[in-house]
Amino acid sequence: MTTSPITRKRVRGGVGDSPLRIDGIPKVTGNFAYASDLYADGMLWAATLRSPHARARITKLDTAPAYAVGGVVLVLTQEDVVGRPGFGMHVPDQPVFADGECNYWGEPIAVVVASDLPTAKLGVEAIDVEFEELEPLTDMEEADARDSQTRRMKIRRGDRDVEGAVVVEGYYEVGQQDQAPLGNEAGLAIPDGDGGVDLYAVSQWVHSDHWQIYPCLDIEPEQVRCHPVGMGGAFGAREDVSMHIHLCMAALRTGRPIKMMYDRAESFVGHVHRHPARMWYRHEADNQGRLVKVEARLILDGGAYESSSNAVIANAAYFAVGPYRCDNVFVDAVAAKTNNPPAGAMRGFGGVQTAFAHEAQMDKLAGELGLDPLEIRLRNALGRGDALNTSGQLIEGSLPTAELINELDAMPLAEPLDSDDARHLPGGTGLTTDPRHVRRGVGYGVTLKNLAFSEAFDDYSDVRIVLSPIGVEVYTAAAEVGQGMVTIIQQLAREVLQIEQVAVVWADTGVIGSAGSTSASRQTQMTGGATHQCAIELREQILAEFGGDDLSGEGVWKDGELIVTLHEVCESGPREHEIRYRHPETFATDENGQGDAHPAWAVAAHRAVVDVDPELGLVRVVQIDAVHDVGRLLNPVAALGQIEGGTLQGVGLATLEELVLDRGVIKNANFTDYLLPTFLDAPHVEVKWVEEPERWGPLGAKGIGEPPTISAGPAVAAAIRNAIGADLIRVPILPQHIVGA
Amino acid sequence: MIVSFTVNGEERIANVSGPESLLTVLREELGLPGSKNACEQGECGSCAVVLDGAVVTSCLVMAADCEGSEVTTVEGIGSDRELHAVQQALLDHGAVQCGFCTPGFVVTAAHLFEENPHPSSDEIKEALSGNICRCTGYGAIARALEELAEGTA
Repeated sequence: MTTSPITRKRVRGGVGDSPLRIDGIPKVTGNFAYASDLYADGMLWAATLRSPHARARITKLDTAPAYAVGGVVLVLTQEDVVGRPGFGMHVPDQPVFADGECNYWGEPIAVVVASDLPTAKLGVEAIDVEFEELEPLTDMEEADARDSQTRRMKIRRGDRDVEGAVVVEGYYEVGQQDQAPLGNEAGLAIPDGDGGVDLYAVSQWVHSDHWQIYPCLDIEPEQVRCHPVGMGGAFGAREDVSMHIHLCMAALRTGRPIKMMYDRAESFVGHVHRHPARMWYRHEADNQGRLVKVEARLILDGGAYESSSNAVIANAAYFAVGPYRCDNVFVDAVAAKTNNPPAGAMRGFGGVQTAFAHEAQMDKLAGELGLDPLEIRLRNALGRGDALNTSGQLIEGSLPTAELINELDAMPLAEPLDSDDARHLPGGTGLTTDPRHVRRGVGYGVTLKNLAFSEAFDDYSDVRIVLSPIGVEVYTAAAEVGQGMVTIIQQLAREVLQIEQVAVVWADTGVIGSAGSTSASRQTQMTGGATHQCAIELREQILAEFGGDDLSGEGVWKDGELIVTLHEVCESGPREHEIRYRHPETFATDENGQGDAHPAWAVAAHRAVVDVDPELGLVRVVQIDAVHDVGRLLNPVAALGQIEGGTLQGVGLATLEELVLDRGVIKNANFTDYLLPTFLDAPHVEVKWVEEPERWGPLGAKGIGEPPTISAGPAVAAAIRNAIGADLIRVPILPQHIVGA
Repeated sequence: MIVSFTVNGEERIANVSGPESLLTVLREELGLPGSKNACEQGECGSCAVVLDGAVVTSCLVMAADCEGSEVTTVEGIGSDRELHAVQQALLDHGAVQCGFCTPGFVVTAAHLFEENPHPSSDEIKEALSGNICRCTGYGAIARALEELAEGTA
């Protein structure tokens, strides 16, 4: 035993700090390796033949002409799938390649493997394929009428016969948004020479990919290893399998490493999108504005295959009313199955669509009653101890809706328009807007979202912590998509172990169990929670063994004295601990949608200030004031980044972003025609936090990835309505909706 | 055809077969993958480089047109050991999330500060309006560069 004069210091970079992210330096210097940057010696390239029709029967598929292209070595079609014919997040309903017929525009038909990418694309062109076009089903209401759907949800809570003194009705539409992560789909598969394959492809959840891939290859699970890889964003677009099975098949067949990389146009059909929605609402309230009854009918277009539509439609239904008390709720929701490109996960996941509708309805009620928009929300604010309006679940965790509304109300309002500078006008430097005609509007959005997986899903995250004399290694398969998980893991490990040197090891499916998806705002609570709990248990084990009362980078302490060095602790045996972390159990709801489906929720409140040029229909979002429910603030800089970034995606959906489909064909699959917010479109964002700790998760922290996207859009839509005094029922709100409204 | 040009201060030679872009040649032939290929349509700025003194989207420049040119990519702006002030500022302010847009922002912002060491907030936003970031909402990028503009006053 040694004694030491060293005094205990709190470790830097723990909880509450904003340490620099470890991947930041290679990212600013251009040295960070994304999936699209990966190379392997002797690798071949592959390219995909896709359906040019929304629905068609394949009458001829002759791959021989492709083989005639010099450099082409292999062509794969559905006939080459030796295992299970299909894949899918929830059910394996999508064939690896179109199986005799194509069900959406862009569905993969074949993959050509060649010496380089241009040659692979020539091979794709050379394939002799003929179609018999069939009438596509592209209207979600028609699909509903024909009972073409993947899931129907029904909420029946309370008494349908009760009536309120005030009634408002509305119909609302949400266009289809694309995640548009800047990094396109890319991946590299490397055969292991022993019948197996290592896959390095973009993914929000490598274990889900793994579970979908190996049955299609008909090999043992451990023969496929899916590795976390550098990714240029995700936002839901990396939750589904895209090129993954194609890459593995090609690598196994050729015995060579295979690289694939979609370009932007292909990316638009290479991943699922946000569900477009049509929604019919009826709200009834008493004379004080308290909700008495809410009825809603929701249709979300899930496209040709299920993906995660089953969970998206459930969210749309459970969060159809928002964070407001109401005892009588009746919702009919359906995920329609059509011949449009498949829809699936995108940030907000079902909650985004209904938020536009329920917030517009709350504003209508306020208008009927002559109430301030925040006042009516405050009178109905849902909180701990209430029942969730739709499922009836008791809210046991944190839900500080009223606090958020009060904080938002207290934030100063944006300064009036500075009309001297064209850059601050809706028309910008195009000099189209006369400042005298600009109308300012203010609007609000207060919304609710579940955190982590719901409805009886066995949701867990595995973490292993290894302690060595030089520091701590945390093994996880969690996907770092840019959100900053790497730093949160480091901070939580440091906080508990009081050792500054923490490395995060992004482990593949062969090394560690699932961390679950980087989605549903869940990784801070799930993998963060796993890291925190694992570190606590490891610390307790070491303290018990050496009889200490504290641990740090120096070693084990007792009564303020260092009694064993960290080196000695690690010399005396392996210091390794692994846990599987789960959140409180959730349950499937009954046939009326009643039950304890959710482990936790978060609320968000936004105020938008907009300037509108009503003659040209142009909008400038001036400022967003946002109050967020973070449980416990772990990293202020990272949280702010999530809120500002999520907010702008909500602003984008409200004002710019929509995939335009014509009979199932995407007409704007490029960044010239699918408009994303630029620096000049971005409002100034002011952020405040409310910290009401959650009942589970690391130190009470709550996920914050999705709520900002959900609240921002409805606030902007309300502000535009407020500016021009018109009902606007559809987002994105485009110039043609404003002019003459 | 053979194209010889200067990339990040070094004489480089590329064997160009025809219509490929400067971006493709940088990434696939010269081993400089820092410039990113997000849209390849000149819309997002992820592939921004400085070509003969002007910021361009390298995806829209034919490599064959670069004979005798001087090109600076993100790899020529700073190194892991010695970051450029723009890189340091972005890092310090949490302006990097997924980072796919970051090389383009670094190239464009470094060029802006070279031309105008004290840009106003509006000038920063205008100069970078050709660079799309999908993660940050631009807030942290604005704070980083605004502080840099003030700090060098």
